[in-house]
Amino acid sequence: MDVRSAWGKLVVLLILTALGLTFLAPLLWMISTSLKPIEETMTLPPQWIPSELRWENYSKAIMYQWDRAEDVVPPFARYALNTLYVVVLAVAGTVISNALVAYGFARIPWRGRNVLFALTLATMMIPFPVLMVSVFAIFRSLGWVGSFKPLWIPAWFGSAFNIFLLRQFFRTIPNELSDAARIDGCSEVGIFRHVVLPLSKPALAVVALFCFMYTWNDFIGPLIYLTDKKMFTLSLGLQFYQSQHGGTQWNMLMAASTIVVLPLIVVFFLTQRTFIQGITLTGLKG
Amino acid sequence: MARPATRQLLQGLGFCSPSIIGLAALMAYPMAASLYYSFCNYSVLRPARFIGTANYRHLLTEDELFRTALYNTAVYAVWAVPLGIVFAFVLALLLNVKVRGMAFYRTIFFIPSIVPLVASSVLWIWLLNPQIGGINFLLDRIGVDGLLTRFAETAPATARWLGFEGGRLPGWLSDPQWAKRGIILWSIWGVGGSVVIYLAGLQGVPKELYEAAEVDGAGAWHRVRHITVPFMTPYLFFTLVMGLIGAFQFFTPAYVMTNGQGGPVDSTTFYSLYLFNVAFADFKMGYASAMAWILFAIIVVGTVLVFKTSARFVYYGEGAGEGR
Repeated sequence: MDVRSAWGKLVVLLILTALGLTFLAPLLWMISTSLKPIEETMTLPPQWIPSELRWENYSKAIMYQWDRAEDVVPPFARYALNTLYVVVLAVAGTVISNALVAYGFARIPWRGRNVLFALTLATMMIPFPVLMVSVFAIFRSLGWVGSFKPLWIPAWFGSAFNIFLLRQFFRTIPNELSDAARIDGCSEVGIFRHVVLPLSKPALAVVALFCFMYTWNDFIGPLIYLTDKKMFTLSLGLQFYQSQHGGTQWNMLMAASTIVVLPLIVVFFLTQRTFIQGITLTGLKG
Repeated sequence: MARPATRQLLQGLGFCSPSIIGLAALMAYPMAASLYYSFCNYSVLRPARFIGTANYRHLLTEDELFRTALYNTAVYAVWAVPLGIVFAFVLALLLNVKVRGMAFYRTIFFIPSIVPLVASSVLWIWLLNPQIGGINFLLDRIGVDGLLTRFAETAPATARWLGFEGGRLPGWLSDPQWAKRGIILWSIWGVGGSVVIYLAGLQGVPKELYEAAEVDGAGAWHRVRHITVPFMTPYLFFTLVMGLIGAFQFFTPAYVMTNGQGGPVDSTTFYSLYLFNVAFADFKMGYASAMAWILFAIIVVGTVLVFKTSARFVYYGEGAGEGR
């Protein structure tokens, strides 16, 4: 839309400011409540600025039900460590496996390639519940229920969307570069590592970032597979915390929520460009 | 050394091996197993016992909660998806106006969509709280409270039907009539991803067309309606399909906001929430598999229908489809 008059622009800005404040208000309230004393969390009208900043809400939320005999770190720190553990392994697996597979689809002509690629894309149509039960049965028979393995090992076997995204990107890299390397005696693995990967950093960053987001947020995976409270991830830990505190200790609950949200917002600001590029790719290529 | 074709085949298979193993072990086999389980009595703890079509028959003819879940999910899809698309589209149009500092606004509208689902659900439990929550407070502040009281006095039957009995503000998650609406409202908060997609799409609308239309005397509304919208249909269509597929698998917020119960009175028992509870609370894995396959069928039929009708309203530009 093309608005040129100063009045028109002013109206647009006013609408956006009102809407924007409405959109941000829940998050601002979350942060403000996380710092309030309990008496101020239920007052009407809501008190936006706490009368004093109770930073200890955070330490209390982190240490809630900390049994020192059972664990050397407090529960929320444990959840964060667990999440990081799963995220690191899942991101590594996603980037490595999808890059390899996408290379096989994009840069090597081989019989059956198109059939396999079509099959891979078709898996995007399969809803999660169709696989949920039998994958659970498989992991159960392997003895993986109650461990982190079901949450990160599947990431090492490629996923259709990432393969598609990387394949499209790899195809834009001129073949002459590979050919030159080949003449110099470079192996296919060498070309992959020293020619294609270094040129594909933006696309790999998108894949890594989305995997990070997905794994950090994942709720149903941990809900199915994690049984021991000590092994909860942040998402599951927060849900557990809410089910214990729902509607009572809003300040603690919001402190816990802030702990889960803040790292993502920080990551977003650090990687804003990659982020927007990734979502745009999703929409354009879909 | 092997012949080039053989060597390339081996190399190709080698690079693609993670995907080949994944397809076999995490897709093909589980799908076949799940199809088989759907005809079985299966609790994971004991071997599956074949019972024919009993699961499907029970689901389709006797299971009241299954019907409720389908209804709830359909209501969610029918409201949340179009509302989200319209809202995101209008927002994208506004954010596309060339003013300094617009990047700042774009960031603001995007941030809620990256808030983890569990955290955003917890936050919305408060927002939707009828007594102390932010939404009813806002409604009260802008005078909706008074309007509702007058509305309920003049047209009590309509007010009751719409859920405003006695001119009360919505009870949201504690009122069966309002719980789904609360969750639909939540879904609007996360439209940031669509906005980014639309903003990218808007950059591709030819500027000359606007200028030509303006010369011809077309007003702002006509320019949006007859130039912007047609050029944006591929993006709108993409978000529509993804939105519908997502709506049928809608799970996490429903689980967190209702503690996995789907309450009050099953008003937020969505399809995937019911399926999850059948599988992992009741351990009726065969029954859950049958539900999963019905879900798959619904998604496939729905997607095919949307694609079939899309030819009529999606515009891919002159000569598109030939070079692809």
